[in-house]
Amino acid sequence: MISELLINAFLVTIMLSIAIALIKTRTVIFTVILTSAYSLVAALMFITLDAVDVAFTEASVGAGISTILFLAAMAYLPKKEEESISSEFVPALSCIILGGILIWCSFDLPEIGQLTAPIHQHIAPEYIKGSKEDIGIPNIVTSVLASYRGYDTFGETIVVFTAGVAVLALLQKKNPAKKNKSQPKQKIRKNA
Amino acid sequence: MISSTIGIWNYWIVFCLMMIGLFLVIGRKNFLKKIVGLTIFQTSVFLLYITFGKIKGGTPPILNESIDSIYSNPLPHVLILTAIVVGVATTALGLSLVLRINTEYGSIEEDDISAQDLVDYHDDIETGKSVDLKFK
Repeated sequence: MISELLINAFLVTIMLSIAIALIKTRTVIFTVILTSAYSLVAALMFITLDAVDVAFTEASVGAGISTILFLAAMAYLPKKEEESISSEFVPALSCIILGGILIWCSFDLPEIGQLTAPIHQHIAPEYIKGSKEDIGIPNIVTSVLASYRGYDTFGETIVVFTAGVAVLALLQKKNPAKKNKSQPKQKIRKNA
Repeated sequence: MISSTIGIWNYWIVFCLMMIGLFLVIGRKNFLKKIVGLTIFQTSVFLLYITFGKIKGGTPPILNESIDSIYSNPLPHVLILTAIVVGVATTALGLSLVLRINTEYGSIEEDDISAQDLVDYHDDIETGKSVDLKFK
């Protein structure tokens, strides 16, 4: 049992080192690669924490599609990050204070993996018991996602659709600007 | 002592990761870095949730009749599956906003952009135009 937790602690420490490297780096391509690596290590963590479905999704969507999006956007953006003029002292201090408060609060959290923790008492046992009879598929995550909490998934689809529409609306703005620029030229030709 | 430290070690590191993400969002002036910070923050919150759902000696929540096994809590897994997909949607939206800002201002540094806005504002005052801070 302790070995599982040791592997977890090791992986999460790797993630911390990747995040610190992210603060240090100023080159955009390194930033993108480090973000991808971060997602991949997170997927490994999800496997050791028994969340196989989440691990698949994180590896394909978090480490795959996100990276593709970042690379595609990177092609149009400056390749170097400039050193900021203003001081980073106040943001850093506020983050450290907030992190200290969170760590102080963590002593009240239940230890990892305790069966008696409140989260395992509420509704999850009913899902685990009822899944086979109610839905009839062995994967409990799928039955909760698609049936017990189907409306959540429906809302998620709406969010993704809205985001897609917003992205299209934002990126299509280029064309009217070009038309406006080209219109005066045509008028000049007509006058001539 | 060691086992109790390991028992909450994950939480500590996850909180540190959250704070690093928050720092990238509020401390760095590069918009791409801010979006990367959001991604880091999101992934660390996912880790926190999945850590809550873990049971010692449990198996992944896929029904297995041959062994009388303990299943880890499936509910956080479902919530996080939803959150990952929504996270990618927000990343795409943020990146398209950054691209749009880059075509308008030719820069994605917050200092540059606010300086350009300030110059426009003073130009408007000098030429006697209406002086509201407009977006070009």
